[in-house]
Amino acid sequence: MSCSRREFLKNTMAGAVAAAMPACSVILLAPGEAKAMTDGSKLRWAFLVDTEKCVGCGLCVDACKTENEIPYDAPVSRTWVERYVITKDGETHIDSPKAGRDGFTTGEIRGEEIDPEDIDKAFFVPKLCNQCDNPPCVQVCPVGATYQTDDGVVLVDRKWCIGCGYCVMACPYGVRFFHPIHKTAEKCNFCYHRITDGKQAACVQACPFEARKMGNLRDPEDPVTKVISNERVQVLKDEYGTKPHVFYLGLDEKVR
Amino acid sequence: MKKHVLRPLWVAIFLVGSILIARVFLVPDDFGVHGDSFTYNFYRLSNVQEWKDFPAKYTSEKRCRRCHDENAGLLRESKHAKLRCQNCHGPGAGHPKEIERLSINTTRDHCLRCHQRLAYPSSQRADLPGIDGAKHKKKKECRKCHNPHHPDLEDM
Ligand code: HEC
Ligand code: HEC
Ligand code: HEC
Ligand code: HEC
Repeated sequence: MSCSRREFLKNTMAGAVAAAMPACSVILLAPGEAKAMTDGSKLRWAFLVDTEKCVGCGLCVDACKTENEIPYDAPVSRTWVERYVITKDGETHIDSPKAGRDGFTTGEIRGEEIDPEDIDKAFFVPKLCNQCDNPPCVQVCPVGATYQTDDGVVLVDRKWCIGCGYCVMACPYGVRFFHPIHKTAEKCNFCYHRITDGKQAACVQACPFEARKMGNLRDPEDPVTKVISNERVQVLKDEYGTKPHVFYLGLDEKVR
Repeated sequence: MKKHVLRPLWVAIFLVGSILIARVFLVPDDFGVHGDSFTYNFYRLSNVQEWKDFPAKYTSEKRCRRCHDENAGLLRESKHAKLRCQNCHGPGAGHPKEIERLSINTTRDHCLRCHQRLAYPSSQRADLPGIDGAKHKKKKECRKCHNPHHPDLEDM
């Protein structure tokens, strides 16, 4: 194979341009994305959970199931409450019977009686969909049946979902499940029908202790936004890079 | 070209063509990228409206006060002031028009959600007035002695 100098230079140039193309297109996209992050939308929903206030009554789970037509006795729920009991020997006992729907009416955890004397600390942690900015569940959907709305909520299209279950596997928070009746992927959507109609989400309204709140991150005057930006809040599994939008006050290091 | 080469080629072209034509009919017009990101905003636009139209079951608590002023007034002046009517009476949308009367949860378990004593340090559960449901006046419904709308012990 022969190659003149002219041809060699031509090919090298063409190769360099071709190699630079994909990098160019990525860089060209970025300002658009950045704009969307800052002023593209006037609304970005966020959730604030105050674990210090939660008493584990489970009224939020009860209200959520009723509001969102999740079969009451099926072992699935869009939101749930976990109980953490950390004993003096360093063990962490976690349970969430019936997703916490009926509250916690016994000191027994998974059939184990724990002596109150042995408890170092104990508390309740409500969990729900984090409505991530980088939702892995959306990324893996092969048919475009789950997506992010412009106000940051991830929804599932029940007519479009084929029930493959990739999203259920992809969610690092385990919030997705199959709806026992519709047989499609199901998850918390911040009660999208309520919040877009000026109502509070069912769990937020049901909580007598104000352990659950919602607000608009794009509104600096929003009381929830003020807490999130001025106080020490945490998110779950930050290291996954999903940018979750459920913020926790008073979260313990043991909470996973 | 030879026939045995052309024939499978026609079949392939026909198959691809019919799939493309079927796609035009099967994929709704509003399916596509609605936003900045192909990864996250690829969907059927009308589904957003479908979710917005989902029926709400819980209604504003202010409504209850208009007709059940007595219960609401009693509750507001009590230690249960924080509690919501629909915590104990279930969802109130459509009441009283379609649903004539709401349910009343009178079970012991319902009160024990908050009042079963769990001595949990670092949780506000420990600050609620607690009893042991297995011992405190067993078998009798709580409302027989405590007024759920006004449980204050000093007014008992
Ligand atoms: C427009 C007036 C109106 C509003 C608003 C209203 N109710 Fe009623 N409610 C009634 C009427 C009328 C009855 C039937 C009373 C009866 O037959 O004794 C009733 C019955 C009830 C009952 C059953 C009483 C029983 O003795 O069985 C409950 C509980 C109740 N309402 C709770 C609520 C709650 C909670 C709300 C707020 C979500 C609410 N109501 C809003 C008018 C109203
Ligand atoms: C802690 C739970 C609880 C809360 C909160 C609550 N109720 Fe009740 N409610 C009950 C129970 C239990 C009864 C049945 C009382 C009985 O049989 O003695 C009842 C009875 C009623 C009745 C039937 C008539 C009566 O007076 O006995 C009405 C009406 C009613 N509630 C309305 C309301 C309204 C309105 C609110 C909110 C302002 C409210 N309730 C909040 C538990 C509750
Ligand atoms: C037979 C009547 C009766 C029944 C039924 C009853 N109680 Fe009581 N309860 C009392 C009396 C009397 C007191 C106050 C004296 C005491 O502590 O025993 C009381 C006290 C309480 C206190 C305050 C405890 C404290 O130390 O502050 C709570 C909370 C309570 N009851 C909840 C309940 C609940 C929840 C139920 C239903 C599971 C219930 N009660 C059933 C009569 C009753
Ligand atoms: C959502 C949680 C919750 C539920 C459900 C609940 N309560 Fe309470 N209860 C409270 C709170 C909060 C207080 C007030 C504590 C305080 O201010 O010290 C309280 C106080 C009381 C007291 C003590 C009042 C006093 O003077 O010390 C009694 C008795 C009581 N409730 C009975 C009941 C009964 C009966 C029911 C069921 C119909 C019930 N509660 C359901 C949260 C609840």
